[in-house]
Amino acid sequence: MDAKETLSRITSAQQNVSNPERWVSVVAGAAIAGYGLARRSLSGLALAGLGGALLWRGGTGCCPIYESLGISTHHDDDESNVSVRYGHGIRVEKTVTVGTSAGQLYAYWHNFENLPRFMRHLKSVQVKDSKRSHWVVKGPAGIDAEWDAEIINEVPNELIGWRSVDGSNVDNAGSVSFTPTAHGTEVKVLLRYDPPGGAIGAAFAKLFGEDPDRQVQEDLRRFKMLIETGELATTEGQPSGAAR
Amino acid sequence: MKAVCFWRKTEVRVVDVPDPKILNPHDAIVRVTLTAICGSDLHLYDGYVPTMMKGDILGHEFMGEVVEVGSEVRTLKVGDRVIVPFPISCGRCFYCQQQLWSLCDNTNPNAWMVEAMYGFSGAGLFGYSHLYGGYAGGQAEYVRVPFADVSPLKIPDGLTDEQVLFLTDIFPTGYMAAEFCEIKPGDVVAVWGCGPVGQFAIKSARLLGAERVIAIDRFPERLRLAREQSQAETIDYSEVDDVFTALKEMTGGRGPDACIDAVGMEAHGHTIDALYDRVKQTMRLEMDRSHVLRQALHCCRKGGIVSIPGVYAGFIDKIPFGAAFGKGLKLRMGQCHVQRYTRLLLDRIERGEIDPSFVITHRVTLDDAPEMYRVFRDKEDECIKVVMQP
Repeated sequence: MDAKETLSRITSAQQNVSNPERWVSVVAGAAIAGYGLARRSLSGLALAGLGGALLWRGGTGCCPIYESLGISTHHDDDESNVSVRYGHGIRVEKTVTVGTSAGQLYAYWHNFENLPRFMRHLKSVQVKDSKRSHWVVKGPAGIDAEWDAEIINEVPNELIGWRSVDGSNVDNAGSVSFTPTAHGTEVKVLLRYDPPGGAIGAAFAKLFGEDPDRQVQEDLRRFKMLIETGELATTEGQPSGAAR
Repeated sequence: MKAVCFWRKTEVRVVDVPDPKILNPHDAIVRVTLTAICGSDLHLYDGYVPTMMKGDILGHEFMGEVVEVGSEVRTLKVGDRVIVPFPISCGRCFYCQQQLWSLCDNTNPNAWMVEAMYGFSGAGLFGYSHLYGGYAGGQAEYVRVPFADVSPLKIPDGLTDEQVLFLTDIFPTGYMAAEFCEIKPGDVVAVWGCGPVGQFAIKSARLLGAERVIAIDRFPERLRLAREQSQAETIDYSEVDDVFTALKEMTGGRGPDACIDAVGMEAHGHTIDALYDRVKQTMRLEMDRSHVLRQALHCCRKGGIVSIPGVYAGFIDKIPFGAAFGKGLKLRMGQCHVQRYTRLLLDRIERGEIDPSFVITHRVTLDDAPEMYRVFRDKEDECIKVVMQP
């Protein structure tokens, strides 16, 4: 599946959600929508919207988020492909345009060991083989979160998709696509993660900070800076009249 | 080292701070030999630009000698004498490649703050609030200059610091404002504000072929400078009933072909709308006072150009957009893309077409900064431009 196909699949309605999940979506969606509407407030309206989306997902069996991550739970024998169950996860989608070729960007990103250079909360990534890598996230009080990830989808110069492997205590998945345009290469990142509980959960939540959207935006900004200029703009360590 | 630091609204202090260090491989450290207070520094001083913090080192007009370079610096060497443009530009991004240097994508580490206000962020600037990156400025003995190969311009021997210092900001800013006016033979250009940027806009309009320049201000010494240096005709707006009528009469009933607002967000005026702005800005209901911009839009001839080098930061009220639309005006604005003009204008200085030091009225040291900010703001002592030696 190439990047274009991925995009077209995001916008088309194709069933990719298993039947049990669809029922859960319908029931949960109706409950959330009803509760949201009953609250008669702005946040209630947002809940109603979420409920509506779940209802639609249950009704159609089509989940655009699964689509974008290349995940399908439609067939029972595909259940092993679920890394992040719907309704449990946080989803972030961000795009940045970088002034270099898709090939160069793909090569840089494909070496996951480069990611900690611009993803602020990522401590290290160790590549084990052509598919597998080991990720470590800095946590509070010196507690790190660690997991193994595997590449589940790769189209040279266009797309990389990955997810945490079965049995890891931090379920997450991501993809990055590279689309050449006249203004540079559009780099689109999709991330989903299911925050676990406990200390490891707290450590993992730090990966995205309190505002996952902004965290990913800032990581992509640093990625662009690093690729285009070879350094990250900073003022940390400069003099100030107050810092005495 | 000694540095001029923002302390609180209308207070700056000279403070002993640590020397700057190389933080990135493309950095250089410059020993400042001459620096200046810019009219736009007064917006910081008066508290109209958010995110200034106690202790921030001010100053974005400075020049000096390179004393240290980072590992990746290729063209600058220790000992080079340079002027440093106020926008910090990477030279690599889409905007830098288009010569839109002040809109650089990669130099504002706090871009998210500006994005929240404006949608997208321009370049980091020296000494101009945390919105614009929080970079320490050049009103100091030493300053760190990021991307040192991209923007600084080497200055040949034989030119004094005073002749070239204003290549860092106000000369290119005034020149770009005049260039925006697309001046054709016979054109009349009206310039509001005869401060330093206004003086360079007036001078540049002449250099670019304007037949007549009409300068508008209320301070006699500034109007006199415009007359003497650039043969401008002048209007003292505190003396005339109505600037519009005066301009209309002076332009054969047509209105100026182009209007330049070299005042920006702290405009003064004697009309109802100026009073309205004053009250709202004081109450923080409106961020900028836009009396001059309104007048420029109103006075400009049909199909003319309004060029805005004056700084605006936030929301403005009662802009006669109908007039702009009804007359088919073209609006040009923004922070100057200084690097686009430094070489060109250095050549004009070397050829003797202009000596930018004509605007300097006060020559002091860094220690005098707290007093000189106030004097410049209050236009005491016929103050037009202050330069400071560390």
